[in-house]
Amino acid sequence: MTQISQSTFSAGLLDADFPAPPGLTNAAGEHSPRRYAVYRNNVFMSLRDALGEAFPAVKKLIGETNFNNVASDFLRSNPPSSPLMMYYGAGFPEYLENVPQLSHIGYLPDIARLEQAMRHAYHAEDVTPADPSALSHMSEAALLATKFVFAPSVHIIKSPWPILSLYNFTMLPNQPKPQRRAEDILITRPEFDPQPHALPDEGAVLVESLIKGMTFGQAIEQAGETLQLELALSLLLTSGAVTQFITNEET
Amino acid sequence: MFDLERGLPAKPGVGYKPQHFTDIIDAPGQVGWLEVHAENYMGLGGRPLAQLHALSERFPISVHGVGLSIGSEGRLDPEHLSRLKKLVDWLEPASFSEHLAWSTHDSAFFNDLLPLPYTDGTLAKVVEHVQQVQDLLKRPMLLENPSSYLKFEESTWQETDFLAEVAKRSGCGLLLDVNNVFISATNLDYSPQSYIDAYPTDLVGEVHLGGHDEDKDEFGAPLLIDSHGREVADPVWTLMDYTFEQMGPRPLLIEWDTDVPEWSVLSAELDRAATALDKAQKVRV
Repeated sequence: MTQISQSTFSAGLLDADFPAPPGLTNAAGEHSPRRYAVYRNNVFMSLRDALGEAFPAVKKLIGETNFNNVASDFLRSNPPSSPLMMYYGAGFPEYLENVPQLSHIGYLPDIARLEQAMRHAYHAEDVTPADPSALSHMSEAALLATKFVFAPSVHIIKSPWPILSLYNFTMLPNQPKPQRRAEDILITRPEFDPQPHALPDEGAVLVESLIKGMTFGQAIEQAGETLQLELALSLLLTSGAVTQFITNEET
Repeated sequence: MFDLERGLPAKPGVGYKPQHFTDIIDAPGQVGWLEVHAENYMGLGGRPLAQLHALSERFPISVHGVGLSIGSEGRLDPEHLSRLKKLVDWLEPASFSEHLAWSTHDSAFFNDLLPLPYTDGTLAKVVEHVQQVQDLLKRPMLLENPSSYLKFEESTWQETDFLAEVAKRSGCGLLLDVNNVFISATNLDYSPQSYIDAYPTDLVGEVHLGGHDEDKDEFGAPLLIDSHGREVADPVWTLMDYTFEQMGPRPLLIEWDTDVPEWSVLSAELDRAATALDKAQKVRV
């Protein structure tokens, strides 16, 4: 009697060329690869659909047929490593970088990174944003010595491409045609819907430095002279990105 | 031990989809309880958990796992178990259920309910895993019968006996998916009524109904596929009536997971579920 281990059963689930294991039959006891193929098809389609749901802008940009081909190749070598399908596709942006047929769409991996970050932000822990008025009574010295604590939903995406303009142009109606420029994105989640914001010049360095635990003054220095400080600070304070200001006295 | 008097009410329930949140709050119709897939609520926060919390204040909730891989040869994933514990402790649902199936092997998660042979060895493993889950959650769980597309030559147990023995040894209850019974019986050429006759119906804490697709195998034999993407088929409703005649009314879930329709379509299925439950009630009285 053929015994089928789960290694044997699963070996052909992601590979259509792999023969169906022996010992799997129909009611009459006849070997039936077609029946095994139902599982293979379920696995394949469910993972492909999960990637399509996770990366709708990538799918729209390259079209359903191309997306399905790329997703199928990806999932064969990258099945999920956890049952939390909401996070599936961690390696997909990097994978896209190495698909020769897509190399002419240089911004595609960054669009995938943006979608992935939005998805993580969607499921991030709930927090209450800090009240920006806490900063208004501070002396300049105290402000520069302040550290910022960020919401778990905050993500930064840096790109040499206009990825937010491209993303909006792809996903929303009546958007202007993207102009060729670099765009860095700050993702926040004020309540339940993640919001991507374009960061002003050197704003990404400022926020990344703050996230690393630098004081506001140190982060400004890190960002350099071309930093559009007022724009960056106003975005941080109005977007719900910050959950706490730690003043010098508290540290 | 499983206790029929605890758990979900013997009313129609529906598999909750976020796009129906407002409809369910505004026009619940026959909805007596809701079922959610555990894994969709294992994020850290945000809208999914907020909606679930709001719904749990109005309806009994059934948490239905699709990723625990209870039928695994190997051990259950400790990280996944602790996520499940966190969800169940937070939500305190009316019921927790999982499948007689596996989905994880060598750290790959296949996102499908894969079949296992029914042998003494797999029986012992399933019992061990069910007990582990029940010890962790400090409550009995329900175990669902699969939809089968094929037979393992090595199986030595009938599915109904296998499930009864798992329940006897572990103290779990059972989730009877009547659509799965119909699918398996058609695919493996036996009478679905005889399956119900042999099934330990006194242990049923919940019933599932969903839609299936029709195909054929390479020999031209019918091959039904559990798709949860359409209305419950008429012969499945007939089998449901037969089952209720044997065991009386039980919590009855409508599952619709792919190509999810507008609320009105689901609501009509729930009306049909309510009618089936009413009929079962009258037969008992």
